[in-house]
Amino acid sequence: MTDVTTETTLSPETRAPVQRAAPRRRFVADALDVVVRSIVPVLLALGAGAILLLALGRDPITFYSNVWKGGIELTAWQDSAVRAAPLLLIAVGLVVVFRANIWNLGYNGQFLLGAALISGLGPRLVGSEPRWFALVVLFVVAGAAGAAWTLLPAVLKARYETNEIITTLMMSFIGVGIANILIKGPFQDPTVNIPQTRVLPLDKMLPAIPGTRIHIAVLMALAAALLVHFVLTRTSFGLRLQILGANPRAARHVGLKVPRLIVMSFLVSGLLVGMAAAADILGTWGYVRANWNPAYGDTVIPFVFLARLNALALIPFVIFYAVLSTGGDLATQQANLPTDFLLVLVALILLFMTVIEYLGRRRALGASYLTPGLEQALRYSSRRRKASE
Amino acid sequence: MGITKQFPGVLANDDISFAARRREVHCLLGENGAGKSTLISILSGMVRPDAGEIRVGGDVARIDSPRAALERGVGTVYQHSTLVPALTVLENLLLGESRGLRLNAEAGRKRLAEVAATLGVDVDADAPAGQLALGRQQQVEIVKALWRGSRVLILDEPTSMLTPQGVAELQKVLRRLKETGIAVIFITHKLHEALAVADRITILRAGRVVGALDTAELAASSPGEVQAQIVRLMFGEESRAVADVAELRTDLEGDQAPLDARPPDADVLLDLLRVSARAVGGFDPGIEDLSLRLREGEIIGVAGMDGNGQRALAEVIAGERPRTAGEIRLYGAPVQRLDVSARQKLGLRYVTDDRMGEGIVTSLPISLNLFLKRIGQRPFWRHGRIERRSVEREAQSLVEAFDVRTPSVSTRAGALSGGNVQKVVLARELSFDPKVVVFHKPTYGLDLRTTRTVRDMIRGLARSGGAALVISTDLDELLDLCGRIFVLSRGRLVGEVENGPNAGERVGELMVGAGDVVAA
Repeated sequence: MTDVTTETTLSPETRAPVQRAAPRRRFVADALDVVVRSIVPVLLALGAGAILLLALGRDPITFYSNVWKGGIELTAWQDSAVRAAPLLLIAVGLVVVFRANIWNLGYNGQFLLGAALISGLGPRLVGSEPRWFALVVLFVVAGAAGAAWTLLPAVLKARYETNEIITTLMMSFIGVGIANILIKGPFQDPTVNIPQTRVLPLDKMLPAIPGTRIHIAVLMALAAALLVHFVLTRTSFGLRLQILGANPRAARHVGLKVPRLIVMSFLVSGLLVGMAAAADILGTWGYVRANWNPAYGDTVIPFVFLARLNALALIPFVIFYAVLSTGGDLATQQANLPTDFLLVLVALILLFMTVIEYLGRRRALGASYLTPGLEQALRYSSRRRKASE
Repeated sequence: MGITKQFPGVLANDDISFAARRREVHCLLGENGAGKSTLISILSGMVRPDAGEIRVGGDVARIDSPRAALERGVGTVYQHSTLVPALTVLENLLLGESRGLRLNAEAGRKRLAEVAATLGVDVDADAPAGQLALGRQQQVEIVKALWRGSRVLILDEPTSMLTPQGVAELQKVLRRLKETGIAVIFITHKLHEALAVADRITILRAGRVVGALDTAELAASSPGEVQAQIVRLMFGEESRAVADVAELRTDLEGDQAPLDARPPDADVLLDLLRVSARAVGGFDPGIEDLSLRLREGEIIGVAGMDGNGQRALAEVIAGERPRTAGEIRLYGAPVQRLDVSARQKLGLRYVTDDRMGEGIVTSLPISLNLFLKRIGQRPFWRHGRIERRSVEREAQSLVEAFDVRTPSVSTRAGALSGGNVQKVVLARELSFDPKVVVFHKPTYGLDLRTTRTVRDMIRGLARSGGAALVISTDLDELLDLCGRIFVLSRGRLVGEVENGPNAGERVGELMVGAGDVVAA
């Protein structure tokens, strides 16, 4: 209801918008919002998973306590931390592009290409060069491979506004194919009959923190998350990416060099995905087998959105998933279930996230998982529709 | 007398009651935000009222969809064209027909001739709607609204797209309509239009009816008295602050000396020499071979219907769109190779017409929106890192200087009202030594208080040694502000008019001349 008859000095246009709640109450409300939107879907998924386990005739309490045992207890947390490293690097790499409303979905190709290259070059390099030098070179190679594999979609989008969802996916399939050709061809370990690369000697792999199995790539991943968070929130580059993501037309209007920004964010994203491959191969596996595709990116995407494209908030979510998947190996084995059951849990998280998002939109519950750009596009088109009516 | 409508108690329209009578043009007058649009949406079935009722011809009518509105005899012509440009006039008219599968073209033709004869207009049934001049398109819209025998015709800001000649023609049509016994509801925010056509005026403010003048009252008092009375009703105590805004004056032309006694030897600030720029999409013809000279202290207007290259002109000057030929000189030096922020730094600014769509980033705080064109520059960024404190401090002082009504500078820009968003954009473009500023529809959709503030800023800029190029589809605005007015048509400047008596008509002639080219 409009009621400005007593305030004739303020016309509806010039009235200040309704003041939000006081800062402290807003802080509480924000915190509550984070809980509702990010943590509740996880809890609901675990609950629904429990019901599913009951329906399958398994004891959910045993299952979840096995996850705890296998993922946290004794030294298991170290395995979880190691598993988190490549996941976190990929997730952070996705945050960089998603913030700019660019959809790099070619992470599998970027990852495997990097993995194949370094597991092919690695054994030769570590044999002839000092360990540190070799490891740094391998990280650079993997990162460069990942970045290079985003270049074509990036340039196509920057110059011709090609839809990058399609081009990155296509490049991903090509990348996976080439990785397999490399593994079966030039990088094939001549001493075995299985199609796989030579195995890095254990003492030449990434060094661990003394007394643990946690290798330094875990620390690198954490550092990368902090660095990306800083760049995205505190620097002019981060702000430019944010503007591009929130409102590409405004980006053009204020004179941002949009093509350059697109290519830059793609390259950074590919670089981080490639480094994730280095972390995984040099820290954990030591070799790559043909047709191996862990598809880390696919499992990590729900968490990227749960963390609402915030690199810092990603850390707990990725750790949560790492624990779930590490402990899940034991738990599924004990419960005589395939490890794919863990993917069911991830899918449930995604489902509940969508439900909460839908309810949240209906009740206008603060911000959305949608990137500002998408949201604005939706709102803008609906406003235009209204205006034209 | 027949037709009555009453709405006690409607959201955004608070207890609005008025009656439109046969053989009368009933004017709803109110500024932006007064609740006119909501009222039309309710009358035309787009929105349902929360309380209150609509009566047509004495009977309570349930209007819960646009179709229901037409069936009850209420036809609406909206501000923007709803015709499908690729279809012919006849096809557009038959779109609403739902009876039978096949389009009955013959019956349609007959009906069209019938309605057109009542209106006293001549409509070519087979012309593609998109190729008609805007005035003609509006006539087709009126035919469409009357197609099913409407007894009430609603016109929403019908003059906003018309030339002065088009307005005169519309008035003729309205007179014919009255004779046939139709009730016309005419919505406008311009006082002189209301006085020109209305038999009866209802004035809205903040969702309420604040006053009404009937035929006798309108006839009895002198125009000056009526004007003063209406302004008082529209704005209450605020009226003195807005009384001299163009929209509220009844005599627009020749009532004041051209604003800038333009010294012919003043320094040239901006010079466009035969500049061309590429077209973008179907509605943006780009610009071609366009030359323009802007001197210190000048306010130059660019008139023309939307989609004749206005955006291209503004963007080429601002540096958003590359020019394909010609030269752009600022203070005598070519700037066509400089990017947006470099030109911004030199004092060349652009206030965009699409303030929500590209002027601001709604998800960012006001403070950052104020410096969007200076990202990475000192003192707000050092070594690529944002200096929060200096951004906030400067933002605070800009918000105060431009009177942006907001709880704080860290409020999301999207939470602001349209008028305050425009103030944020103005604060960005008019701070740090502006010299040459392109204003694109600077007061579109703003309330009159803000409109006045914005126009004062434009005049202030010119007085303080700057220069302004005002691009607007609102001729009244240009007549109010500018010393010279150019007419832009299909990307070319087709004429120049010195502001003064009859300038409006001459601009209109130039626009119409161009319109014929479009129709041919």
